[in-house]
Amino acid sequence: MRNIGIWLIRIALLLLLAGLFFGHLASESYRITEPKSGVMGFLSLRPLHVSSAYLGIITAGLGFLTLIIQKKRTSRFGTFLQYLHFTLWIIALTGIFYSYFTGDFGGREYWEFNPVWALPIFISFIVFLVFYIHQIGFKVKWPVYYWMWLTGLVFFIFTFIENYLWISPYFREHFIADMTIQWKVNGSLVGAINQIIYGVAFYLMEKISGDEKSSYQKLSFAMYFLGIFNLMFNWGHHIYLLPTEKFIHYIAYAVSMTEWIILIRIFYKWSKQIKENKQFYYFFPYRFLMAADYWVTINLSLALFMSIPAINLFTHGTHITVAHAMGTTIGINTMIIIAAAFYFIKPTFNNSKWKQFGTITFWVVQGTLFFFLSSLIGMGIHRALWQAGLANESFNKMSSSSGNWVLLFIIFGTILFLSMGTFIVYLFVKSWKKNKFDFPY
Amino acid sequence: MLNLFAHPKHIFFVLFVCFIAFSVWIYTIPLFSPSQYSEKELHLVAEGRLVWQKYNCHTCHQLYGLGGYLGPDLTNVYSRSGNNEHYIRGIVKSGVKQMPAFEISEDEMKVLLLFLKNVDQSGTSNPQDYQPEILGTFSLEKK
Ligand code: HEC
Repeated sequence: MRNIGIWLIRIALLLLLAGLFFGHLASESYRITEPKSGVMGFLSLRPLHVSSAYLGIITAGLGFLTLIIQKKRTSRFGTFLQYLHFTLWIIALTGIFYSYFTGDFGGREYWEFNPVWALPIFISFIVFLVFYIHQIGFKVKWPVYYWMWLTGLVFFIFTFIENYLWISPYFREHFIADMTIQWKVNGSLVGAINQIIYGVAFYLMEKISGDEKSSYQKLSFAMYFLGIFNLMFNWGHHIYLLPTEKFIHYIAYAVSMTEWIILIRIFYKWSKQIKENKQFYYFFPYRFLMAADYWVTINLSLALFMSIPAINLFTHGTHITVAHAMGTTIGINTMIIIAAAFYFIKPTFNNSKWKQFGTITFWVVQGTLFFFLSSLIGMGIHRALWQAGLANESFNKMSSSSGNWVLLFIIFGTILFLSMGTFIVYLFVKSWKKNKFDFPY
Repeated sequence: MLNLFAHPKHIFFVLFVCFIAFSVWIYTIPLFSPSQYSEKELHLVAEGRLVWQKYNCHTCHQLYGLGGYLGPDLTNVYSRSGNNEHYIRGIVKSGVKQMPAFEISEDEMKVLLLFLKNVDQSGTSNPQDYQPEILGTFSLEKK
């Protein structure tokens, strides 16, 4: 097992596939009226779905990082750290799934497993941080994506400690403060993971376009700092409704609005973007990066409106939030992961039939994702109107009357599961072919 | 202006310090928010929170709009009608629609109810109780 990076990628692909599968099973709970028991019950399926997807994204991020940095320096210590990290990670994953399958819960939303398994995750991240710094060192001037990766690792570690502050009764005794911290964590953890994944995207773009200058430009750094500024201070937009300190809400509102800069910049560069899209369209890694770019535009627009408290008041607690979350994890994170997997695994497309099939499947994924998110927004609007008091009926009535949206949600979710699953399985199979990892650097 | 970003180390450091200060301030909020509960009761509330986690209530229910979507928000379920402890007990023990019946001990039930009572008293999660404002913010409507 000399190439730990590719092993992490394989595990990540399996986790993402599991995430899709459990998500598919969980979605069916919306149509039933009787509870299911055991692992097939929603209260097990939702954690299985969310954790598989979340951990898959994290594992993929670490896997690509490993692939990129493992050859930079070979030393006994580096190899030791790599194996140590990998072992801890496997222990954590095994423990988490064991916990879920045996119904041993007790954690918080998205981290429902027995909190013991947080320990190997935490240590493994510290080991990885040491490995990262050991491999790249401080001798050369860092491109912006090195900074993004460092930020991701450091903030993950810091936030992960916060994620378990609830173990102390001091926090649990004060519900509002506890919830404030919980959502500080949820916001920042996603931000930290995004730094890692976006860093991978930046790296890929540099390699594909051959333009190394932009990785050192001041403007790239300005954008990176805008990103971490938001990671640190915008999470309050999740809790506008929570009666915590007003100050936190105002900071979140103001900071969230700085993201308009990103949106404006996207539109400013639009024509250049289209030109680039045409130039590299036939290259699979690029194609998925391109998709991620468009999903960024859509999700960011949605996020900007939802970050305005007066609008958030109505969208909060509805499936519009879910649409945003799924839009980011599937549309942005997973697209980047598939792009990077194509880039590193380098399937040769021995027959052109697959290439054609891949192109069709690619568009099926994008189209389905669009309709899938739309159906969630439909469900969300339905619930939002009810919450606003415009439909005077019980929760029970309200949820059964959104049956058509639910049906669409399940149908598109199933197609998404199958079409994205096709790419994931394909990449997984191809990852076993020999001599794939002679990188050009 | 962009020259500012020629020294990423410095900016990173400044931002990080601000972030730590902000975080520490948040951790100390409980110190400055007095509670009408006795220490013993607060301890039970904290236990109730663990029961809420142990049975994964959050996978289907929200508190202040945060949590799952299959069931209704439970922030204010405690005060919705008179005999609510009885009602909540019944539902948790026998289940409703997709909600399974939970085999929950009497001790756990007691602290869970106290937790829900504590949550209920912390405020309202009903958007209709709030008033949007011109600056895009909203406030609690004075009644
Ligand atoms: C599998 C999902 C699920 C889980 C887990 C779950 N519930 Fe429920 N719960 C529901 C659904 C669905 C309803 C309402 C059904 C309806 O009225 O349409 C409900 C209703 C309720 C109600 C009545 C709400 C009202 O407004 O009348 C209470 C109280 C409640 N649940 C408490 C709990 C508690 C406490 C837990 C954890 C021990 C829990 N539930 C776990 C799905 C769940």
